[in-house]
Amino acid sequence: MNVLVGVGSTNDSPAAIERTIRRAAKVADELTVAICSPDAATDESLAATVTATLEEHDITASTRHVSGQPGSELVDIAESEGFDEIVLAGGQTSPMGKITIDKTVEFVVLNAHTTVTLVR
Amino acid sequence: MNSERRYPETVSGPFEEPPVRFSDRDDRDIEIRPYDGSEAEYEALAEMYVEFDPSDRAQGIPPGRESRVRTWLDGILAEDCYNLIAWDGDTAAGHSTLVPDGDDDYELAIFVLQEYQEAGIGTHLIESLLGYGDSEGINCVWLTVERWNHAAVSLYEKVGFETTGAESFELEMAIRLAEDD
Repeated sequence: MNVLVGVGSTNDSPAAIERTIRRAAKVADELTVAICSPDAATDESLAATVTATLEEHDITASTRHVSGQPGSELVDIAESEGFDEIVLAGGQTSPMGKITIDKTVEFVVLNAHTTVTLVR
Repeated sequence: MNSERRYPETVSGPFEEPPVRFSDRDDRDIEIRPYDGSEAEYEALAEMYVEFDPSDRAQGIPPGRESRVRTWLDGILAEDCYNLIAWDGDTAAGHSTLVPDGDDDYELAIFVLQEYQEAGIGTHLIESLLGYGDSEGINCVWLTVERWNHAAVSLYEKVGFETTGAESFELEMAIRLAEDD
């Protein structure tokens, strides 16, 4: 299975990114990590987290950088390049502990024609 | 969590302050008072949440397993949070809580055990929590609610919450208790 992981939602913590990539790697024959970030500084720190995760857990994946609206970019990449599944971190919580769905996740869930997995 | 959150300009209230005593619609004597930090009250609250009907969960809380209930309670019963419990004798019938959001404002949640719902306890729990928060110097309070939960949305609107965010999965509502400092 050809799996696209999107990282860079507003509240993705390093731990959430690691958990998401590891979970995706379990089911993926081919894994791509798309780093979606609004600015260069964020991009650099996200890329460092992704690289560390891949190295630490010996996961083979290609990484790419995505600009623009992350939700629509991920859906577009998945459909135009034949991915079978999009995997996102989906366990962000409010201070109270309520699970919240951010705009990127909502857009992907509602618009993707591939399977979408939210990792918690 | 989100410093761009909007709040109503109009101040709501004044609200009743705890302790509050009343007879609910089923003639049960209910007392609402602040959580006293004791083990007995903690255990009564844990028991309430373990018995909580899973269909009344909201966005993953209360969690389903007792160990997770306790971890969650440890967070929201911390010193910097404000908690009220509605008591029917020694039984915790309901709970309302204000948790700091790291941005000087507070997130609100309220839970009423199934057999105590629709008896007027929720209204007192939320109003007295807002009164409690106001007396402790809190200016703004927000919450999120699933948009299909009309009973909850009506209750929040009744006490003065306004919808401030409608563009995501959950509805965001907010209320102002005092002018900004």
